[in-house]
Amino acid sequence: MKHFSNRYIFIFSTIMVVIVAALLSLAATLLQPAQQRNLEIEKKKSMLESIRIPATRSNTVDLYSKYIKESFNINSGGEIIEGTDPFTVVLRNEQKKSPEQQLLPVFKAVTDEGEPVIILPVEGKGLWGPLNGYISLRQDMNTIYGVTFDHKSETPGLGAEINTSPFENMFRDKKLYDNQKFVSIQVVKGGAHQGDIHGVDAISGGTITSKGLEKMLLDCLSKYDNYFLKNRN
Amino acid sequence: MSDQEKEPVFSSKNIKLLTGPLDKNNPITIQVLGICSALAVTVKLKPALVMALSVTIVVAVSNVVIAALRSYIPDRIRIIVQLVVIATLVILVDQILKAYAFDVSKQLSVFVGLIITNCILMGRLEAFAMGNKPWPSFLDGLGNGAGYGLILVIVAFFRELLGSGSILGYPVMEKIGVYSIGYENNGMMILPPMALIVVGLIIWFQRSRDKSLIEHK
Repeated sequence: MKHFSNRYIFIFSTIMVVIVAALLSLAATLLQPAQQRNLEIEKKKSMLESIRIPATRSNTVDLYSKYIKESFNINSGGEIIEGTDPFTVVLRNEQKKSPEQQLLPVFKAVTDEGEPVIILPVEGKGLWGPLNGYISLRQDMNTIYGVTFDHKSETPGLGAEINTSPFENMFRDKKLYDNQKFVSIQVVKGGAHQGDIHGVDAISGGTITSKGLEKMLLDCLSKYDNYFLKNRN
Repeated sequence: MSDQEKEPVFSSKNIKLLTGPLDKNNPITIQVLGICSALAVTVKLKPALVMALSVTIVVAVSNVVIAALRSYIPDRIRIIVQLVVIATLVILVDQILKAYAFDVSKQLSVFVGLIITNCILMGRLEAFAMGNKPWPSFLDGLGNGAGYGLILVIVAFFRELLGSGSILGYPVMEKIGVYSIGYENNGMMILPPMALIVVGLIIWFQRSRDKSLIEHK
């Protein structure tokens, strides 16, 4: 093996680092618009899926403007906050604020059957990383119309099963309220019993993800309590 | 070195670089490298396939880069240089997937980053690319990636079939109707220990077929 001087090693590493840094920042800058667009489409697609509208990447934008009629932010008192865009609200940042200052996005949509529903974003923690999703509620502000979940880094086949339709479909027609009390949805290990209107089956091998999902629903949806009570009919 | 220059592109030696890792020199079952990711991505067949493909690409390209630079890389910092090359390639692959193949990138999620830590990559760079020319190194990378992928796919096939009753998401067990006669999916198959046991079974099978692989004490 040839012997290299210290000077050579320093020069070699400096050049290597500069080249690599230039390459990576160039790639990041050039690809950013495409990545951003993908994320935006993904968000709209998830919202559509939560109201049972299957969208593809190409027709998402059109379907979104067709089905989503109105959107606004509310505060924990259930009052509408003017002048803010719910689509650009980052829930993770909102959750760091005090409860009174948080913006809570609400998207109003009309389903294929002509039924008005609201779509609410949720965000929480799984085993390895963040979970997020959208919950759509019927007019009674109690019955779930549909849900869609997603995750950053849960294990395929285990926690990652939360974004498969067998899991998501279990949430349909479950109730958030027990009489007047907000109870959210429980993810039951070993399987919810038949006819449980507040419970769904947990994922085997994905206990921590399931628990994280349950906590996400409770934390995020309970903030809408005042809005639900004011607007139910 | 000089006789290598005259070698045909697909000489028997080069072909061996490509096919060796599929059997007698398999990175997982013989060299026992890359076991960690074999546990993580083999619950379902689809992530296993995508992972196999990504590792093959990254190991082949980084082998070429290191082989081309091998006489300029100072010996004392060679491991760091290898890591920088691997990490750069993996991040580039990740960024490109995010921009142009968003669904695949979502499928793979965290595993793209995990390619960096795959022992096969460092192992091939250190053992092969540092001492060979770019073309044989490229073949060596392809071969090892494929050998790794082969085991991944075999393990994932059995784990998905027996654990979830499906293949590539298609519910095979339900279609052939075994549930009605009392068959149930084996929940153990989707847990990590079963990946190790399946890999162990493959090693057993391979050694019982080829006695030359058994070490003599």
